[in-house]
Amino acid sequence: MKILVCISNVPDTTSKINFTADNKAFDKNGVQYVINPWDEYALTRAIELKEAKGGTVTVLNVGEADTEPNIRKALAIGADDAIRVNAFPKDAFFVAQQIAAVAKENNYDMILMGKESIDYNGSQVHNMVGELLGIPSVVPAFKLDMVDDTTARLEREIEGGKEVIEVKLPFVASSQQPMSEPRIPNMRGIMTARTKPLKTVEPVATEAKTEYVNYSKPEKKGGVKLIDPENAGELITLLRNEAKVL
Amino acid sequence: MSVLVFVEGLNGEIKKSSLEAASYGSQVAQTLGTSATAVAIGDINEASLARLGEQGISKVLYDADDRLKQFVADAYVKVIAKAARQEDAKVLVFSYTNIGAAVGSKLAVRLNGSLATNVTALPKTDGEFTVTRSVFSGKAFADVALTSDVKIIGVKKNTIDVTSNAGTTANIEKFSTELADADFAAAPKETVMQDTGGGVLLPEAEIVVSGGRGLKGPENWHLVEDLAKELGAATACSKPVSDMDWRPHHEHVGQTGITIGPNLYIAIGISGAIQHLAGVNSSKVIVVINKDPEAPFFKAADYGIVGDAFEVVPKLIEAAKALDK
Repeated sequence: MKILVCISNVPDTTSKINFTADNKAFDKNGVQYVINPWDEYALTRAIELKEAKGGTVTVLNVGEADTEPNIRKALAIGADDAIRVNAFPKDAFFVAQQIAAVAKENNYDMILMGKESIDYNGSQVHNMVGELLGIPSVVPAFKLDMVDDTTARLEREIEGGKEVIEVKLPFVASSQQPMSEPRIPNMRGIMTARTKPLKTVEPVATEAKTEYVNYSKPEKKGGVKLIDPENAGELITLLRNEAKVL
Repeated sequence: MSVLVFVEGLNGEIKKSSLEAASYGSQVAQTLGTSATAVAIGDINEASLARLGEQGISKVLYDADDRLKQFVADAYVKVIAKAARQEDAKVLVFSYTNIGAAVGSKLAVRLNGSLATNVTALPKTDGEFTVTRSVFSGKAFADVALTSDVKIIGVKKNTIDVTSNAGTTANIEKFSTELADADFAAAPKETVMQDTGGGVLLPEAEIVVSGGRGLKGPENWHLVEDLAKELGAATACSKPVSDMDWRPHHEHVGQTGITIGPNLYIAIGISGAIQHLAGVNSSKVIVVINKDPEAPFFKAADYGIVGDAFEVVPKLIEAAKALDK
């Protein structure tokens, strides 16, 4: 089984978010980048499936050279090889086109990625890839198992419940917890990752369809109003009469 | 040209999030000097459809195909794309739910449109067509220009007020689409709805009561549940709580759980790590109850009580019971 796992390179979950002085771009200064946490569920599940059934796991990132440390980390966790499409990920449509182009050349049985990236929170790429390739996309899945060699069984979260879906290979699915327990690379993994193949390819020509023109930060809260725990019930009165939310 | 809104139903009614999308769509239509049409699919009764007039929708295209009672992305997209072409829709609006996100992304490819999801405000239409969206897990906003001819907008839940022009009704037109078996290749075999015990569903809730490790164990969850019941709220929890299986995963709010933005979020015994805040920071009013005055969550709170949850929460339940409902 050939599995493609798409990862994005995002600011660490604890990062303070700042923008350049003109508010036109994200300020990378002092920011630590990690593999998008949602993508890690896909990566680990892919590795688990490979360990159980055989096959290969290829990691794909659309990004510039500075994403390579995290691609190597994915290899250290257990992916077999990696492809980096050498381009700044302008928007979801641009990224989906790049993934679809790589997928068309390689006939993957499944294409997995996180349900969204924690930086742009778009939740678009997986469904766009499915649409571009004309194959089903199951989003957001939290369980993925093989029924037999050609059929997968997934569970997907819907508002207020879940759906059980069986699809034939190939398909696209997105991941979220508890699909798998993300792994930390061990020493052996880190050593072997250095020599695993990481191929760089140039992007296919495609236009982005959106343009980020300005960034801003939410207004700061006015500060907390503390209520005496002895008179805790007063909170309920304040929520009704002052905040007007009850 | 026109504005087309995709509305979702649940048990015959239109979801509140879709009423927000309809309100958004008709305001955009007004700005552009055109009308707003809705496309409705699945299990929605006619009275609910007609009431969309109150949100400014003039016409509803309703596809009552039984196979569409459950969500199947490819089939839904075919229906909406057909409606978009028929109505010459240049702006498509939906609520940014799991269903909406799937439909919107596929439509963007099929209609060659620009897509923005997680949108929090009406567009600016002087010059470029620009929308504001929430990014970096609620830590920032971005203004995004939608540069294609067709603009597709996924509205973040609970950020747009539902407009209500009482008594106005929308015309319902039957609408049917030729669907092939292939459109149902990824149809669910089984749908299991959560048993909320008559309570409120978390993603749709306007008030949420949430518990963390400070509650010491699942046996103490009656505190969260009783307060939620009195306030008509849904219950939620922090990541450690779902990791320890005190509560199910679908209740976990935070960076890697679900993101919510209710009118009121009450956090009990949650310290407020940055990853937790990422899931709740768009809540309109935040209340934090924690015995540690240094808990970082107090910095993000509107109201706070520094105290022991086991003493404070019963007092809140009593006060909530006394409220005139």
